[in-house]
Amino acid sequence: MWLFRCAYDARIPGRPRHIINNQAVVRNGKSGEKLRVETIKADIVIVGGGGAGLRAAIAAAESDTGQSIALVSKVYPMRSHTVAAEGGAAAVTQPQDDLEYHFNDTVAGGDWLCEQDVVEYFVAHAREELVQMEHWGCPWNRKEDGHVNVRAFGGMKIERTWFAADKTGFHMLHTLFQTSIKYPLIKRFDEYFCVDIVVEDGRAQGVVVIEIATGRICFIQARAVVLATGGAARVFRENTNGGIVTGDGMALAYRQGVALRDMEFMQYHPTCMPGTGLLFTEACRGEGGYLINKDGYRFLQDYGLGPPSDEPRNKFMELGPRDRVSQAIWHEKQKGRTIDHPHGQVVHLDMRHLGEKKLRERLPQIYELAEEFMGLDPAHEPIPVLPGAHYTMGGIETDGRTATSLPGLYAVGECASVGIHGANRLGSNSLVELCVFGRVAGDEASSYAKSARNSSTATLEKKADDICNRVRGLVNNANGKERIADIRNEMAKSMEEGCGIYRNAPVMQKTCDKLEELKQRYRSINIEDKSSAWNTEWLLAIELGYLLDVAQAVACSAINRKESRGSHQRLDGYEQRDDQNYLKHTLARYNSEGPPGIEYSKVKITKSEPGIRAYGEAGEKAEAERNKKKGAAHDK
Amino acid sequence: MTSNDKIIEIEVLRYRPEQDEKPFLQSFKVPFTDDQSVLQGVQYIKDYLDGSLSFRWSCRMAICGSCGMMINGVPKLSCKTFLREYYPGKITLEALKHFPIEKDLIIDLSDFINKLESIKPYIIPAAPRTLEQGEYLQTPRQLDRIAQFSSCINCMLCYAACPQYGLKPDYLGPAAITLLHRYNEDNRDAAKAERMQLLNAHEGVWGCTLVGYCSDVCPKDVDPAAAINRNKLNSTMDYFLRFVAPRGGN
Repeated sequence: MWLFRCAYDARIPGRPRHIINNQAVVRNGKSGEKLRVETIKADIVIVGGGGAGLRAAIAAAESDTGQSIALVSKVYPMRSHTVAAEGGAAAVTQPQDDLEYHFNDTVAGGDWLCEQDVVEYFVAHAREELVQMEHWGCPWNRKEDGHVNVRAFGGMKIERTWFAADKTGFHMLHTLFQTSIKYPLIKRFDEYFCVDIVVEDGRAQGVVVIEIATGRICFIQARAVVLATGGAARVFRENTNGGIVTGDGMALAYRQGVALRDMEFMQYHPTCMPGTGLLFTEACRGEGGYLINKDGYRFLQDYGLGPPSDEPRNKFMELGPRDRVSQAIWHEKQKGRTIDHPHGQVVHLDMRHLGEKKLRERLPQIYELAEEFMGLDPAHEPIPVLPGAHYTMGGIETDGRTATSLPGLYAVGECASVGIHGANRLGSNSLVELCVFGRVAGDEASSYAKSARNSSTATLEKKADDICNRVRGLVNNANGKERIADIRNEMAKSMEEGCGIYRNAPVMQKTCDKLEELKQRYRSINIEDKSSAWNTEWLLAIELGYLLDVAQAVACSAINRKESRGSHQRLDGYEQRDDQNYLKHTLARYNSEGPPGIEYSKVKITKSEPGIRAYGEAGEKAEAERNKKKGAAHDK
Repeated sequence: MTSNDKIIEIEVLRYRPEQDEKPFLQSFKVPFTDDQSVLQGVQYIKDYLDGSLSFRWSCRMAICGSCGMMINGVPKLSCKTFLREYYPGKITLEALKHFPIEKDLIIDLSDFINKLESIKPYIIPAAPRTLEQGEYLQTPRQLDRIAQFSSCINCMLCYAACPQYGLKPDYLGPAAITLLHRYNEDNRDAAKAERMQLLNAHEGVWGCTLVGYCSDVCPKDVDPAAAINRNKLNSTMDYFLRFVAPRGGN
């Protein structure tokens, strides 16, 4: 039965319609044949159809015309979570700006846990990638003279954030998706769900996927595999992420022995909708919005971000970096200066002074969210907000060219840790990351695939069969008592408690223990749905397995980092940054028997020695001193 | 869920291709609070009442376009439609009209994807520009001509609303015509003539009979009806100009 794709068509009542799959799939299976994976051959397979995956696919299609690219996505590409990015994408654009400034903002913003050579490459290639997006049709906002306009963003010294209203991710994603249609070498596998990477002879040689509409399991054989599956903030309860952001690629690479790097650094975005966690972009503050407490006071001035001014000032007040702003909100709550709300303690995002016209033009999506989801008019009322889990700074460890430690396996975008975000990402750096490193990943995978050879198909199919049996077995054997939703909810609540904005060892330990317990319970989950077509309960169960592994990497990485840096802040005797012992990356290594092994690796420092990370007036002072020192060194 | 939650009845049109001859209605009682969406209602059913219920969703904030369904007969995004609006009445949910049902609330949208791919939805410039030459110039006024029409999230509500698409599945339909219009109107693009041939065809712009319901149901105010109607004029012009100039009105 599951070899066919049946649909009910009301236009032909009573007659199920067999849909011929429109993709170039070679079918080996016959109806009624017992479970057997079919094999599809490509040169490169990319898992993930968001910004990074699409950019990589286009680069691969352009770099070597001969090679076929299988683009696998568990949703239609335009549904990918890149779609929800709002604020913009950063690149040095104005004459008074400099690559050096973007580099310094990024490295200091990441509390010196960035790979500086990679950041240097990143800032140098940012603008050309955004121009490329422009050539492909992205509707960037413009100045009167027709050139692209830029806006201010948190932690950035000069305005350099390109934007398309407050739907930048949406426009970039649709532009990339629509542009990808130009390339016949890109064969899409829309709504195919990746369940494992096939590793043979120490190399990644393909992936096993479920065709969601039928439940058929396929093996896509390829000589290079690129993971571009996005982040994992769904491990937290209050989060800004879509339901699909479940750390799939991270868990898959991790289980194959590739390290997850710096997973303790989880970004809390300061301005999210209470209850749902939906995002109000940082551009609200870039355009001039204030954050105020219950007394109407712009409280950020009490946390080293002042002094306040009426107009937005780069790296001051509301344009501080996300970690500092979220931490300030946490402190306001401790001081009893937040506002009671049915979904928790909130502060207000006040944009009333900006006026309806500007809000509608620059922040239409925000206006819509406030009106439709909260029933309030941001031109006349402040928006209640609180911090929510937003972005996974860490990820699959890669070098500066997106290669992982497993030959043939590449990772890019939020699922990867290429090294540009360090301990805290600056807003508007990640949309550019998708383009700059998406292109690198496409190029690198192409050139690797050109020289690599696959093992014999029979050997690979044997491996794929084992994976297939395991995955199908998950449904057939899931007759336990544990409810998927219960485990997921307990995980998310525990992660929020243990790995929130401020952390301490006893609570983190509780979270680590809880995750161990949940992983045990996961073994006796129940899947009611035993069918094949669109068995979304099966997929939820697999995703929950991914989430639990990634959550464990986050919690265990966090408890072992005995210092405070960027988004990892402790209150149990480790309140300071400790460069002596922790100016290094955490590497979490998968262990099927229990918690991951934790190791450390060096941070690449090229030209910016770790210094005081300060914003507002203190930041200006620190910068002046750094420049003085540098000048003195030059004079010598 | 607390004990003082209200309970709403949600009736869902189920169809499980491996066991059902045809769709049938199944009713669920769902506790809710006033800020909860219809999407949260079906998520509750899946988590606690019937794990086999299937539907698409992701972003929860009306931008990914996944969660469209018929809600009491009207095509809507379930993430931004709220349960309170229907209480104390019941809600009936069905897969989007005019599409084959793959399972429960999940439609087969491959027909739309094929149409989207057919309209060349990418910039085809008169002369390619190098990256070193920087960006094309586009004034805010030129951007305004495409801004609205480039905001389509492909949610398919307009197709579920369009009586013509229901009758003639070959009709290009509101979202695809809107996207075509968006590229035609972009000052960076030079392929209007190629795309107009698609529009001039019977399945193109002339399939529309001016009902306008597509724009009523659009959750992003894209106004596909406006795009279609402007192209009726464009198509007429193009048709006549083809007699005098081989590349039509471009």
